[in-house]
Amino acid sequence: MKQRCRNRIRTVSLLLIICQAVVSSATSVFAQSFPVTDSTIASAHVEAQVYPVPPDAAPAPPLSVTAGDTPDDAGGSLTIRWDASADETRGKVKYYRIFRAPNVGGRPGEFEPLGELPAGTTQYSDGKIATRKGFWEQVLHSTDSAAYFYKVAAVNDSAVNGTVYWQAQSESEVVGPVRSSAQWFNFQRINVLVGLLLLCAFIVYYIERAKAGKPIFIRKIAGLEAVDEAVGRATEMGRKIFYIPGSQDMDQVQTLAGITILGRVAEMAAVYDARLEVPVSRSLVMVTCREVVKEAYARAGRPDSFNEKQVHYITDDQFGYAAAIDGMVVRERPATIFMMGLFYAEALILAETGNFVGAIQIAGTAEPSQLPFFVAACDYTLIGEELFAASAYLSREPRQLGSLKGQDIGKGVVLAAIIIGILLETLGVYHFAQLFKVIGY
Amino acid sequence: MRREIPLLITGIVGIVLVVAYFIPHFPFNRMADWSADWFSIVAAFAIWLGALNLFRLSIENVVKRKPGWGYAVVIIVCFLISAGVGFIEGRDFRNPGSASDWIYNYVYTPLSSTMFAILAFFVASASYRAFRARNLDATLLLLAAFFVMLGRVPIGDMLVGFLPEHWRLSDLSTWVMNFPNTAGQRAILIGIALGIVSSSLRIILGIERSHLGGD
Repeated sequence: MKQRCRNRIRTVSLLLIICQAVVSSATSVFAQSFPVTDSTIASAHVEAQVYPVPPDAAPAPPLSVTAGDTPDDAGGSLTIRWDASADETRGKVKYYRIFRAPNVGGRPGEFEPLGELPAGTTQYSDGKIATRKGFWEQVLHSTDSAAYFYKVAAVNDSAVNGTVYWQAQSESEVVGPVRSSAQWFNFQRINVLVGLLLLCAFIVYYIERAKAGKPIFIRKIAGLEAVDEAVGRATEMGRKIFYIPGSQDMDQVQTLAGITILGRVAEMAAVYDARLEVPVSRSLVMVTCREVVKEAYARAGRPDSFNEKQVHYITDDQFGYAAAIDGMVVRERPATIFMMGLFYAEALILAETGNFVGAIQIAGTAEPSQLPFFVAACDYTLIGEELFAASAYLSREPRQLGSLKGQDIGKGVVLAAIIIGILLETLGVYHFAQLFKVIGY
Repeated sequence: MRREIPLLITGIVGIVLVVAYFIPHFPFNRMADWSADWFSIVAAFAIWLGALNLFRLSIENVVKRKPGWGYAVVIIVCFLISAGVGFIEGRDFRNPGSASDWIYNYVYTPLSSTMFAILAFFVASASYRAFRARNLDATLLLLAAFFVMLGRVPIGDMLVGFLPEHWRLSDLSTWVMNFPNTAGQRAILIGIALGIVSSSLRIILGIERSHLGGD
């Protein structure tokens, strides 16, 4: 008796499921083809009688839909790919609509539209998914917490001046469940890793070579050759040397390069007994410069000549800093001004004022937009990489010179790659250039 | 130890951040942000070192009547007013209509704008010197600048209206900016990028240690 009842219940349930499936498929074909007055489905039924959908308006659905984890990322993203609808080339697809449903016991829950993409698109990355939050949870688990189902619909409509009169869509099959995960290596950046390792290998090789006593030729850099002359001039004239280590903070490698050169200049100033003043725009730079100048004076055998007021803070503000230095330059008329580091719009304001008082000016920056101003207003300019080479050049320390040589070899490799790339692109071979494509910038 | 510990910290942090660039997994993907946050925190505390240094030197200049001590008086007065107003207003200092907001809008912004505006005159004087046709390079620079500037204003194309459509000054100007200029900029940028890698490697490996106060 019980068994019969169970069988009847099963049969009734099965019939109900079939009825539900038939009704839902009918509504998915017809209901969404109803005319609408705007892009929302909710208003579709309102204008249904006024703007009937043409019989062949519904496009073919997208094919081969796949969903999976977005590769080489930190998790929290799933990528859905599909083949274009067969009707896209006929102009029957205006856009694709992506739907997502949560995983409810291995079956899709209610689908919600995620977004719309123009025809021609075959990929969508869903970055709005639930991820793990706790610190250790994120460290220990690569896979994110929730799984999802997706489907893609090809949509055709009759939009005129932003008003949609009818809309018809065909949905793909449902794919899933899929779950996103974080990766431990970004394979899209492998070319950067190879390039970096290659450059490091060149540098380390030439450092070892230099340590072994092999002679290393370094071309002359006029701006650095003139450092001696500039410091000597200040001594002869009995005027100050101003050293400006850029207007940015210690997190900029150009500031570090500027401070490195300051050490050499301060040592020379101590030897020549010239008066050095270092006005800075950041507190951390002030502390570092003070230490560097103090050590330089000690190395030169003149620790007593160092006065910590030589290195003083002015302001963090860009134009306040420029105004203060301009005032000091005009009042004190230094014989020599060094400007080494990262500069922005204040570069020309400083350099022109120095030029106005007749100071010998040596500048260096790796900020391409400011280089022309320094070239126009200063006597010598260290262009880009020369700023970073200055420390090695001035110290003549073999290990540092070796690193410069390695850097030059790296430049040679880049130059060769550019020439090969130009030739291959000209000949219609485009794969070589793809090797240098960097993801993530 | 005074030098070894900073070198060790620099080396470890440098290597970890380089490695983190290639690892998208948590916590490596957040390390660059955390480092930037830590830097901001340290720099925020360090601002007092600079502010106190400025205040102390200014007071000394006034007391000892050093040349230009009047400027030091202006610094001290402005410093005390700005800091005092900021402390009194507390968290509300950014609210529209607050005294700090007034100082920002009617004192700081006009002064900054004035300094920035001076740049226009400096550009003119620097260009005058740079564009003098003393040698071949300077003459080429002068010609390029002349055509680029003329090509950027409507009168440039009007003057050469008789030329075919794609041979006018605006096209020449665009060509100069897109090709020779871009090529030159990229050459400099590649050199800079390699210089930064080389410099960073020297600092991480401890070969370059001048910024720590010595060789």
